[in-house]
Amino acid sequence: MTHPVLTVSDLRAYYQTSAFGTQREVKAVDGVSFQVGANEIYGLAGESSCGKTTLIKTIAAATRPPLKVVGGAITFDFHGRRVSMTNVDAEALADIRWKHLSCIMQGSMNVLNPVRRIRHSFVDFAFRHVGEPMPVFLEEVRVHLQRLELEGQILDAFPHQLSGGMRQRVAIALATVCRPDFIIADEPTTALDVIVQNSVLAMIREVQRELGSSLIFVTHDLAVHANLSDRLGIMYAGRLVEEGRTADVFRNPLHPYTMNLISALPRIGRDNPSKGLEGAPPNLADPPAGCRFHPRCPLAMDICRRKDPPMAEVAPGHRAACFAVAPEKVQ
Amino acid sequence: MRGYSGYLLGRLGQFVLVVFIGINIAFIVTHATPIDPVEQSIAAATQFGSTNPEAVALMRQSLRELYGLQGTLWDQYLVFWKRVTVGDFGPSLSAFPTPVRTLIGRALPWTVGLLLVSTVISWLLGNLLGGLAGYYRNSKTLWLAGIVAMAFHPIPYYIVAFVLLIVFGFVWPVLPISGGYTMNLQPAFELTFVASLLKHSILPVLSLVLVGLGGWFMGMRSLVSNIVTDDYVTYAELGGVDGRRILASYVMRNALVPQVTGLAMSLGAIFTGAIITEQVFGYPGLGTLLVSAVHAGDYSLVLGITSVSIVAVSVAVLAVDLLYPFLDPRVRTTG
Amino acid sequence: MMFTIFRDLFRSRRSFAAGVALLAFVLIIAAASLASPYPPNDSFVVPPDLAPSWPHILGTTSRGQDVFWQLTFAIRNTLVFGFIVALVSRIISLVVGLVSGYVGGLTDRVLMSINDTFIVIPLFPILVLFYFVMRDNMSWTLLALAMACLGWAYDARLIRSLAMSLRRREFTDTGIFSGMSTRHILTQEHMPYVLPIVFSTTMNNINWSIGLEVTLSVLGFTDINTPTIGVMIYWANQHTAMVAGIWWWIFFPVLLVVITFIGLFLLAVSMNEYIDPRSRLSRVAA
Repeated sequence: MTHPVLTVSDLRAYYQTSAFGTQREVKAVDGVSFQVGANEIYGLAGESSCGKTTLIKTIAAATRPPLKVVGGAITFDFHGRRVSMTNVDAEALADIRWKHLSCIMQGSMNVLNPVRRIRHSFVDFAFRHVGEPMPVFLEEVRVHLQRLELEGQILDAFPHQLSGGMRQRVAIALATVCRPDFIIADEPTTALDVIVQNSVLAMIREVQRELGSSLIFVTHDLAVHANLSDRLGIMYAGRLVEEGRTADVFRNPLHPYTMNLISALPRIGRDNPSKGLEGAPPNLADPPAGCRFHPRCPLAMDICRRKDPPMAEVAPGHRAACFAVAPEKVQ
Repeated sequence: MRGYSGYLLGRLGQFVLVVFIGINIAFIVTHATPIDPVEQSIAAATQFGSTNPEAVALMRQSLRELYGLQGTLWDQYLVFWKRVTVGDFGPSLSAFPTPVRTLIGRALPWTVGLLLVSTVISWLLGNLLGGLAGYYRNSKTLWLAGIVAMAFHPIPYYIVAFVLLIVFGFVWPVLPISGGYTMNLQPAFELTFVASLLKHSILPVLSLVLVGLGGWFMGMRSLVSNIVTDDYVTYAELGGVDGRRILASYVMRNALVPQVTGLAMSLGAIFTGAIITEQVFGYPGLGTLLVSAVHAGDYSLVLGITSVSIVAVSVAVLAVDLLYPFLDPRVRTTG
Repeated sequence: MMFTIFRDLFRSRRSFAAGVALLAFVLIIAAASLASPYPPNDSFVVPPDLAPSWPHILGTTSRGQDVFWQLTFAIRNTLVFGFIVALVSRIISLVVGLVSGYVGGLTDRVLMSINDTFIVIPLFPILVLFYFVMRDNMSWTLLALAMACLGWAYDARLIRSLAMSLRRREFTDTGIFSGMSTRHILTQEHMPYVLPIVFSTTMNNINWSIGLEVTLSVLGFTDINTPTIGVMIYWANQHTAMVAGIWWWIFFPVLLVVITFIGLFLLAVSMNEYIDPRSRLSRVAA
């Protein structure tokens, strides 16, 4: 990996609620560490409510009560400008946003203000970073839109006048117009049909390569990761359980949970569907002791019930958190 | 532009329907009842002597003509509509021979003025405070403002006006509690008259605003607290868009759209509130005129005020409906 | 079903508990009318114009009536009036709202056009016109019926939008496919959603009708021989009670009716918040 743009270390983010005097804590992200390098697409996978969205909300410093960061660090390094997202003041944050760090959201068809013209969205989000007079700025926006095969006239349109696919492209254009160093994409294609999904993914990849940005791409869809991500992290119950180059993770999954996810993928020529996992992900308000996967794990051992397996490098650039996989390295 | 013209046609159709049904209700109410307004007026007129049967017969004849109660029910119905469309309800009995139209024309500006000022104030203020209260959920001041606004809201116009009348008329008499301006002043565009006009409008406007505020406040607060979790708002926050800009152009701006529909929907009720309030403070508008017309047994005047009220409210609703597309581009432009 | 909702509300919302307490107070006063030592319409049964003191705890009127006992009759009649209007108008708004929401299409468009008309038309002049032509034949029941026929539209719209959303829900289709009868779907599956909103609109409707009744009565535009809160204030005004300093004749009826309004309003508001899906979600999460 090239020099890291984002470093997350031992991050803990909990939903803390209190109702009728009883405190409740949902440990949505619990001890996650990873790095994302420059010009890299880092994929984040896992089933729903495994903490993916919470993790990237925290990274984007978009936490709102009851979600709270209780420990760990998130550090960005934008060409030497180091920013810690856990203690950044509002002014600095507003300066980073869009210039260095932008987002493409889940349901990004609805991210545009329905009662204002598209032009206003670009002005609101990006104008303050450009430092050029308005006509020059708008001309730059038009050029950028053309890159995404959008005509300049759409700036005068309202969101409802565009098709879903066009709105999606506008959202991507909006997120990339300031050439940010880092883009966070949270299931941006989930709501789209497969054809549109493919063209949107191709477009995201193209823009990312062209700008040389880093990208965190979150989706539960492993097929998308196989096509898009350079490296892949697998989350389970608020933890990162495996991480490696995408090809390595697919060819040689280490963690039993990852193995199960990958063997569950449909393959041409295979007609005996694999046996799924028994049970359900744990309740994060009261996770099981030891490894959080052990109640569902076919390889569970005695130690798994007592101790929490740390992340360990099993092969070069390929890490996993499991006692059964690499006992000699973990202990 | 099919969407826009379709919208306009729909609204115009609704306007016609409101006037049609409203005037029909007025017709049914006056004609389906067993009581004959002509006999009632005669009874009122002959109460004190003068019972010459010939004079009574003559009177009956001219009253039937005056009230449009001649011929078959269908004839009467047509005459009724003709009067409403032309706006001619004949002379007033209680202020004979002044035409009903003149009396209403004199009173209408007062009602329109009162209604306009109080509705604009309560709508703007209620939406502003409610929007802020929905956005800054932890503000104690706004929470308190909400409690005050909501405490007045369920109390009917009459009671609020009546309590204000007692407070400022008997307990702490600092404001004029009756009339539209000081009695001996000549209506003219000069300082003393305008000052008197404003002073007399304080209590009626205040009672209408106190009652109206809470509804807009609550509506806006719940709209805003829903909108702040909408994608385009959270996304603007992620984009580092200026906080005041988010509040104004993203949150409030979107919440205002249903509030305008709400305004059109409640104009009828607000109008009712205004004419009740007028009556309490003896404000020289339609409400006071209506009540005195009832007490004077003036059939033409009561009917005239009712018809004009229905048409006037429908026009006001249509006006708000026509403003609506300027706020909501989804109506203004086709998709 | 309704009971569990009330129990939840009572536990979780102070505004609901406060509303219940206020209304309980009002109802106790209304019930006290049964124990009144004086018939409601008799005057000069007690010395007139007495300030509040024992045994006339709220004073007496210039017509020689005990304010407290007069008030018990007045609030009872006022409440019954509001209840009758709400009951009759509920039937209309439920029928219009449910038919419009479930049938949809042209029926819905026509019904809603008529519905919106009734929302917009200014009711007060029409009610005054009604009194004007009825005069002495105006009775308390007649006014209630007239108001019920005019005051259903706003609630019909709410019930319609609820019916529309219920129709689109998955369990409606599931019910249809699994061979449930329409009656069964409506009564078993949809009622739990419809009842809370009917309850909250009922509270609002009672508030509205009592407010108009008080207004019409104070102006003398109703049957002034049936004691209601409005009629009490009407008589007080006729005797210029405020100028004469008989403030208790006006103050206590106004106070009691304001308590009623706030009580009903609190019930409606807390029920509305209960229905709101977002607050429901936060309740589940908590």
